[in-house]
Formats: sequence, C-alpha cells, structure tokens
Amino acid sequence: MTVVQEQERLQNSLHNEEPVREGLVLGNPSMRDVTARIASIVESKITMKYLATLAVTGGMAAWGVFALYYTFTTGIGAWGLNNPVGWGWDITNFVFWIGIGHAGTLISAILFLFHQKWRTAINRSAEAMTIFAVICALTMVLSHTGRPWLFYWLLPYPNQMQMWVNFRSPLAWDVFAVNTYFTVSALFWFVGLIPDLATLRNYVKSDLAKKIYGVLSLGWTGSTRGWHHYEIAYMILAGISTPLVLSVHSVVSFDFTVGILPGWHTTIFPPYFVAGAIFSGFAMVMTLLVITREILDLKQFITLKHFDNMNKIILATGMMVGYAYAMEMFIAWYSGSDWERWVFINRAMGDYSWAYWTMVLCNVISPQVYWFKKARRSIPLMFVISIFVNIGMWFERFTIISTTLHHDFLPASWGYYSPTWVEISILIGTFGIFLTLFLLFAKFVPVIAIAEIKSILPGSQPKHHHAEHQI
Amino acid sequence: MSTTPVGIIGEFTEVNATISAAEKLRDAGFRNWDIHTPYAVHGLDKAMGVKRSMLSYFSFVGLVGGLSTALGLQYWTGAIDYKLNIGGKGFFDWQFSIPIDFELSILGTALLTVAGLFHLCRLPTWYNRYQNDESFKKATDDTFVVTIDSDDDRFSADGTQDMLRKLGAANVHLVNASAE
Repeated sequence: MTVVQEQERLQNSLHNEEPVREGLVLGNPSMRDVTARIASIVESKITMKYLATLAVTGGMAAWGVFALYYTFTTGIGAWGLNNPVGWGWDITNFVFWIGIGHAGTLISAILFLFHQKWRTAINRSAEAMTIFAVICALTMVLSHTGRPWLFYWLLPYPNQMQMWVNFRSPLAWDVFAVNTYFTVSALFWFVGLIPDLATLRNYVKSDLAKKIYGVLSLGWTGSTRGWHHYEIAYMILAGISTPLVLSVHSVVSFDFTVGILPGWHTTIFPPYFVAGAIFSGFAMVMTLLVITREILDLKQFITLKHFDNMNKIILATGMMVGYAYAMEMFIAWYSGSDWERWVFINRAMGDYSWAYWTMVLCNVISPQVYWFKKARRSIPLMFVISIFVNIGMWFERFTIISTTLHHDFLPASWGYYSPTWVEISILIGTFGIFLTLFLLFAKFVPVIAIAEIKSILPGSQPKHHHAEHQI
Repeated sequence: MSTTPVGIIGEFTEVNATISAAEKLRDAGFRNWDIHTPYAVHGLDKAMGVKRSMLSYFSFVGLVGGLSTALGLQYWTGAIDYKLNIGGKGFFDWQFSIPIDFELSILGTALLTVAGLFHLCRLPTWYNRYQNDESFKKATDDTFVVTIDSDDDRFSADGTQDMLRKLGAANVHLVNASAE
C-alpha cells in the first residue's frame, strides 16, 4: 500500500474516534507488528557496522576523557583561558549541552499536555537524548570547576568550616536546577520505559536478556489497576516537567544576567535562552532521528509528518531567537549606555564578528527555507539544516561569552581568547560520550514507545462508551 | 504439579468487547480480578470500577516537602546558623530563594510521585501467580487478558469460566499453581 492509498484509507475510515488526519503510523500495523518491529531491534544480531561506529564514538569519548585527565592533573591552565576571558569553551559547551536536552522534555512533557499525538514516535529517543546531553553538560561544568573531586563543595552539607553554600548566587541555583533536571528527566524516562521493558521481557528469547529486562521492568504486568495509577503519574510528571524545562535554562541564563557585565545583564535572557534551547534541541533530535530512522528502518513510525511538525517548531523557535538577537541590539542602543552599545557593536563588528555572523547565518537565515512544505519534508535538506542549527547554537553561546569578556572595562587588559587542543578534545569527547550512549540506547532499549504507539493505532481506544458517563 | 487453581484467564482482542466484559464482571461483584492490557485503554478503569487513584496525594506531599525543605534550608543556613554579609544582600529574602524553592518543589514532587506509583502498583514485584501462563504473556503484546483470582469470594472454577466465555473471551482456562 502506498502512502497515498494509506492516506485515502484513513480518510475513509470515519468510524475512528480520533479525527482522521495524515496517518501517524503508516502501513496499518497490528499491535503484534508493532511489538515485533520495535522489540526485534533488541534481538537483532550486533553487526560489524554497529561495532565499528561504536568504536569511533567510543574512541572520541576516550580521547575526551584523556583530555579531561590531562586537565585535572595539570590544572585549568591547560585551557586557553586567561585574563580577561575566564569562561570559554567550558561554559559554552555546558550551555550548549544543557540546551540540547530541552527538546526532549518539551516533546515528552509539553506536547503531551497539549495532546500532540505525533510526539509518541519520537518522545523516547528525545528523552534519552536529554539525559545523555545533561550528562555531557554535567561533565563540562564539573571539569570547569578545576578540582572536580571537590564537587561536593557545591552542595549544602554540614562541614568543619561551618559554612554553607551561598544561596544568593545564581551558580548555586544552577547546581539545584541542573541536578533536578537530570533526576526528573531520568525518572520520567524510566517510568515511560517500564511497560516497554515488560514487553521486551516477554518478547526476547535468551534467558539472560529475559532476566535483565525482567528485573528492569519491575514486574509490570499491564494490569489496568496499574495503568490507572500509571497514567496519573505520567500526567503529573509531564505537568511538573513543563515548568521545569522553562526554568532550567532560565536559571542557566541567570548565571549571566545576574552579573553586571554589558551584554549579559539583560532581562531578555531567560526567554531567549529557553527558545534557543528548544531550537537547538529539536535540531539535535532531527540530526539523530534522520539517521536512526534510516538505519533501524523505522519509516513506518517516524514519518515525514513528524519531521514536518518538528521543522515547524524549528522555524518558530528560530524566529524567536532571531527576534532576540535583534531586540538585544535595539535595547543596547535604546539603553543609552555607552558600554552596552559598544559591546554590541563589538559583537557584530569586532574580533569575534566571524562567530556572530556564523550564528546569524545558521540560526536565523538557514531555517527560513522551512516556510516551504517541500523543504520541511526533504530529508537531505533537513539533515543539513539541523547540523547548521547545531553549529549556530554552539556559536551563539560562544559569542555571548567571549564578546562580553574579551574586551572589558579596562582597555589595557583586552585580549583575544582561543582554545587549546585540550578544550577542543573535550568538546569532541562530549560528542563521543553523547553518541556512544545514544548508540547503546538505540540497540538495547526500545527506541520507540511501544505501548504509546499501540494506544494511537486506529481502533485501539474504545468508542465513546456509556461507561464514561456512568460514574 | 499442584492441582489447586490460582485463577482463571480469558483473552479478548477487541477493545469494546473488553470494556463491556469489564462492566459485567464489575456488576457481578468480583473483587480480585484485573484486565492486563498492552497499553492504557481509556475508560477501562472506570468500566472495572477502579476507585480514584490516591497518587496525587503522594505528589502533593512531595511538593510541600520539597518546598519546605528549600525554604527551611535557605532560611536556617543564611539567617540563623551562619550569617554572612554578601554584597549587603539580605540574609534571607523570599525573592532570591525562589529558584531553589521552585527546583526542590519539582524534585520533591517527582520523587514522591514515582515512589507513590511504585507503592500503589506494588513495584517491584518480580513474581506473579500467572507469570508462566502463555496467555498472560500476550498482555504485553496484543491481547487484553482478564484474570480472576481463585481467592475471590465469587470465584467458582466452572461457573466463572462459563461466564467469561459468555462474555466473549477466548481461550478461557484455569491456571494452576506452578510447580516451582
């Protein structure tokens, strides 16, 4: 059955409870097909190609770990940081990775609350991506402390100095925000996984796999009494993740805004950061899903419709980010502050103007092609644009950090920051960690929420039934 | 193998039939029974007569616990235990406490919601009386599996099986306690 016939068939099936739209799942699979299609990925043999890819990403990760080891044994002086630029790629990478995570929570929580059914095919991998991205962000922020073995100094605990962390500092807020974000995302992800792990437990053949998935699924049986609580838990977790996702990047932006430096001390930062985070996160989801869908052959579940919707969100958030860039410039002029004005002129025309214009080109100009439906549904194009956006959003954070710092109030101390091989290796390393974790996820965990896909198949939910009105 | 039955299993494959069967079983007064489904079926819990979930109370306790921890921690450490003047800011002000109040409220709610879910669903329980039954395993794949436990007051090996068959269940059978 071609996709066109498929659509016609759906148009004709008026007895469905759901309003008939373009199919979210193509090929009209039965529930058993869905189980088999997704669960079989776990059972499939590990190919040489997979191992080779894993070796490459694992090598990247190992190289990054070596660079971290070198940093820890040598000191932060191994990095290109010096006066006046005290934050460089470390914080750029941190903000970049934490931002990437936001798309996962947006898809799993906000789109859930808005009953956007298309999220079901992509939420699992987007949430996984969130967790892996936050792991990378935590790696960056811990290494940037210089002595990560003293990380517990960031936590309020009784100690012999009788001192507490400074709760008036946005850096302390950040510790709470990022750790809460990681914990809640991980819980949300795991709760979503339980029914699918139970499906795997009953599907896989090897005894060892049965045991592992059996233990992980915690003995879930699909009992209606269980689902009854489960649905409420999922709703509550989605409900609290929604403000959480908005708060995390706001708190990250406080790291900048609460300082009084020109270029950082602006009220637009929290919403601007949140929009940018969702923008970059969707781009990363896109990059990963285009590849995953091709390799694991999930075209039936992750359709052009999904990509179309995601590209619309990329276009919308890209415009918000573009608006923020323009508004920053305007307010710098309108503020009448010479320092503000100068920082922004310097941002666009100074030493780092190449980074600024790379950012504008990638983030504001490139997504404009998504006004056209053809572009939103072209796989090669969306892959390229998603890479552009990833690059652009990395440069956005780099621009914000370096342009404000490298020319401070005292011209005598002006400088130019560029990274050393160590910082470059650490960035490569975080990509290695991220991709390695994602590869392991794609092989051993159901990449698509099996139970949720089943719940949106045509005819899977009862017709409006008198039972609903009885009680 | 023991011959004492632990319950009866019946299979449904059509969702509307499952709902009607659930209503009939509910009206017949069964208590120790359940329907195992591959996904959350809207309205099935109501059809079964499952009472409102207590879960949101757990969440609320988590919310209050998280919020009061955050406020208490920031107030006690800053304004009581070790007063430290930093830039002339207050030792405690509700304004600067908001980010941590917010984050710990969310954290508390999430932790207690999941703990509550585990408690109410009795997770983890790595044993189920039906676990070796082939029909039961289909519940995570494509079948709505009705189970009626033998310790239900209204349970009768033959009568209940007949009732399930009349309701349209396929492959109705007794499940005996497993040998292990």
